[in-house]
Amino acid sequence: MGNDHLGKGEQEHEHPKHELSQHAKRIYAIRELLLEKGVLKEEEIQRQIDYMEARSPANGARLVARAWADPRFKARLLADPRAACAEMGIDATSINEFVVLENTEKVRHLVVCTLCSCYPRPILGRPPDWYKSFNYRKRAVVDPRGVMREFGMELPDSVEVRVHDSTADIRYLVLPLRPAGTDGMSEEELARLVTRDSMIGVVDPLQEIPEGNR
Amino acid sequence: MNAAVGKFRPGDRVRVRMEDRPGHIRTPFYIRGKTDGVKKMHGQFLNPESLAYGRDGLPKRPLYLIGFYQVEVWENYKVSKSDKLYVDIYEHWLELA
Repeated sequence: MGNDHLGKGEQEHEHPKHELSQHAKRIYAIRELLLEKGVLKEEEIQRQIDYMEARSPANGARLVARAWADPRFKARLLADPRAACAEMGIDATSINEFVVLENTEKVRHLVVCTLCSCYPRPILGRPPDWYKSFNYRKRAVVDPRGVMREFGMELPDSVEVRVHDSTADIRYLVLPLRPAGTDGMSEEELARLVTRDSMIGVVDPLQEIPEGNR
Repeated sequence: MNAAVGKFRPGDRVRVRMEDRPGHIRTPFYIRGKTDGVKKMHGQFLNPESLAYGRDGLPKRPLYLIGFYQVEVWENYKVSKSDKLYVDIYEHWLELA
């Protein structure tokens, strides 16, 4: 496996050797066998990869930004999340049952899957490693405020924390609370405040657009 | 499609069965034996305990959103008394309290 895929200008770089793990080797071997035996075609694999890559937290950020900017869209999003996604060209049809949890001044939601790693992938893409870890799955139900604290969010007792353990078909998405002082912002600007972690619920969204992103 | 009908209604107090059986179970251990309020019914879904073994998961089972006060689930939950924990449980794991 060499650097043959690089363009001419990049050959002076010494790329570190990329050693495949045992699991990766096995997966590639199985893939080769499936292709060889005609069970799958290259195009089918690539289509699936493209489909999975298209799903990212940017989808969720767009939904949230529109919900913040347009109260009627927000009502539609809460009532029928899959239809609201379709309105915005986001394909959420693979979600059996989709529920959006609205954060308010008085209530914050936190989503976990203690049993495995259920996650609203069409809206947020692939779950981060910490979400799938035993550590998070244990502590999110027992000590949600402690977990939030580690993500930088300290909540007073007057705010209620609601943890949702997605044990079945329902996939949950948190609709974060719109930060104060954002009245003049466009939807694109609002979307830049919405982080993946704020849609899982471990932390509030950004209060202002980060440096270098303005 | 008919409106899904289940045994329990929002507001009913139910107990999660204190049971253990082999196979793929989606009722977490930490909630078994606990009692609290039915918040709503999500609808009817295929049974994951059967799907996990390659079976068809039929008949569909009612799935409920059950809400618990954290202080009633965990002995040492020291913080806010109003904090809640919501779990999605299938009807066959619930009984009226």
